[in-house]
Amino acid sequence: MPAVEVSHIGKSFTDKVVVNDLSFSVAQGEIFGLIGPNGAGKTTTIRMMMDIIKPDSGDVTILGERLSEATKNKLGYLPEERGLYKKLSVLDSIVYLASLKGMDRRSAEEKANELLNQTGMLPHKGKKIEELSRGMGQIIQFIVSVIHDPELVVLDEPFAGLDPVNTELLKGMLFDLRNQGKALILSTHQMNEIEELCDRILMINHGRSVLYGNLAEIKAKYRSNSVLLEFEGELGEVPGVTEKRTHKGYVELVLDGNTTPQQVLERLVSRGMVINRFEVATPPLNEIFLRVVGKAHE
Amino acid sequence: MTLIVPLIALLLIGVFQLISGVARPTAEVTTIGYVDELGGFQQYTNQGNITLVGFDTPDNATEALVSGDISEYFIIPQDYISTGVINRYTLEKQLAASPAITAAINHFLLSNLLAGKVPEATVARIEAPLNLVTTRLTETGAVAPEQGGYGNFIIPFVFGILLALSIIFSSTYLLQGLGEEKENRLIEVLLSSVSARQLLTGKVLGIGAAGLVQVAVWVISAPLLLNLASSSIGGFISTIQLPANFIVLAVVYFILGYLLFAVLSAAIGAISAGSREGQQLIGVFTLPLLIPLWFTSLSMFFPDNPIWVFFTIFPLSAPVEVIMRLGVSVIPAWQLVASIAVLVLSIIGILLLTIRIFRIYLLMYGKRPGIGEVLRSLKTG
Repeated sequence: MPAVEVSHIGKSFTDKVVVNDLSFSVAQGEIFGLIGPNGAGKTTTIRMMMDIIKPDSGDVTILGERLSEATKNKLGYLPEERGLYKKLSVLDSIVYLASLKGMDRRSAEEKANELLNQTGMLPHKGKKIEELSRGMGQIIQFIVSVIHDPELVVLDEPFAGLDPVNTELLKGMLFDLRNQGKALILSTHQMNEIEELCDRILMINHGRSVLYGNLAEIKAKYRSNSVLLEFEGELGEVPGVTEKRTHKGYVELVLDGNTTPQQVLERLVSRGMVINRFEVATPPLNEIFLRVVGKAHE
Repeated sequence: MTLIVPLIALLLIGVFQLISGVARPTAEVTTIGYVDELGGFQQYTNQGNITLVGFDTPDNATEALVSGDISEYFIIPQDYISTGVINRYTLEKQLAASPAITAAINHFLLSNLLAGKVPEATVARIEAPLNLVTTRLTETGAVAPEQGGYGNFIIPFVFGILLALSIIFSSTYLLQGLGEEKENRLIEVLLSSVSARQLLTGKVLGIGAAGLVQVAVWVISAPLLLNLASSSIGGFISTIQLPANFIVLAVVYFILGYLLFAVLSAAIGAISAGSREGQQLIGVFTLPLLIPLWFTSLSMFFPDNPIWVFFTIFPLSAPVEVIMRLGVSVIPAWQLVASIAVLVLSIIGILLLTIRIFRIYLLMYGKRPGIGEVLRSLKTG
């Protein structure tokens, strides 16, 4: 049973179509990346999944059923723009929002202390929310989104505003959740985070799906037919290579249509060259993103 | 507000006792002079603490006034009987003669004019011919348990004002809370945990419970404070009474009033862009709430005008109007039933409509829909 099954949802506000016939599914035990430029419809898609707004058309099932009060308790959500009750203490905020997810006060407090300790926030638990820094507030809100042991956690731009230490901490916690079999949806436009964390991605632009699937497969599909080479000595002419681009410390060899990287490697080795690095070039997600979105703009 | 109101009442009683203790009438005798140009005003020169001393000429009286022997004097001119004019002379700058002095002069003149002509007891009646004591009878002719009068009116009047104030405070509070949750997007977290129906019902019931606590504290403290006030202050205060059915109806209308304005605030909170705009909009609805207070004096003197029936049944003005009318007259049962029914239906109706539109406008930050748009979404929402 997939954690999330979205089929053909659409949403328009007044006369602007924000999400157009979007379908995807997220499995349990995976980190799923939802990416796209600003205004692509990421947040609207998430809000429809969370039952904050209703789609005009299409269906969303969460953990095999349509979202109800009971399923909402199995769901954690970190919205993009964040806020908590400013005058409430850290512990009270967490316990109150956990109680809305059906936790009783005692176990909420216990779990809150555990998570505060894990994130190094325990000394601040008596402070009011307004006394916290932005990053600290974000950690608290992350705790709120996972305290009730949800099956599905949706995080909208979770790393925005976090320092490197907290970013690493959060990543560790996300991997832990995935290893426990939870489904995680990560919406961001920080591509390096997606590459590091996500198993599969959905890229949307103008409310439509433009790329969807396994991250490694997508990258393989978009790889340019070239290899990266670090070597010692002279390179000379290599058959099957149409172009040599010299970068700092390495050379990129663009292959013709009939030559595979394997053949190039064999030819180089047969010459007795010392090769320090030989890598099939896959473009970073960032480049794929720009290429796909750029194409859509043209 | 809940505890402050009884505390202020307690403080007022205390301050009254303090001041009245300091300002207890002193036994000091005031001497005032008079010049009798008409003749025949020699008796009754001792009027309580005020002693009247006769002078032959105005010059002598002025001399005594300047030297401080008398505090003031007056002249009874020869044409006094036809004009009634008395000329008073004093060194003080004052708005008018003090009530004690006026009463003393009044009594002195009256007693001398009537001396020997009518019996002593008649003089007292001529001075104060009317001491009206009204008793309300029931239809069977027995003395009604609940009597009318201003004493009856005070508590409902004060309660009406307090009800209007606390409704305005609490609806502002609810709007602010909702506005804040919208502005910091906490509403998204809340809605990913509970449904719009649960969220709104919870908010309305929360405010309703706050209202209940408030009215309970006031209703319980009112008789105690009243006892304290009537024993320590007395006078008019001791005639104040709590109308028998008042407490029950006060509680009912307090809660209904609270709930009505809570659902209205929630509706306005849902469609308005921020908490400030919401507060301006709720003002439109709190105006009818205050109407009964504006027309207090009219409803006191013309309690049977049909216009009050309208305000009793119109849900926005009903809570305050009913409480005020209880102090002035008797409200027919059918009007109370109609008024409560309309209130309850309005509360449920507005709540249901609000739940329908809540989700649509909740996330439209910074943009308030027009009325037409809201009506359209009521149909489709």
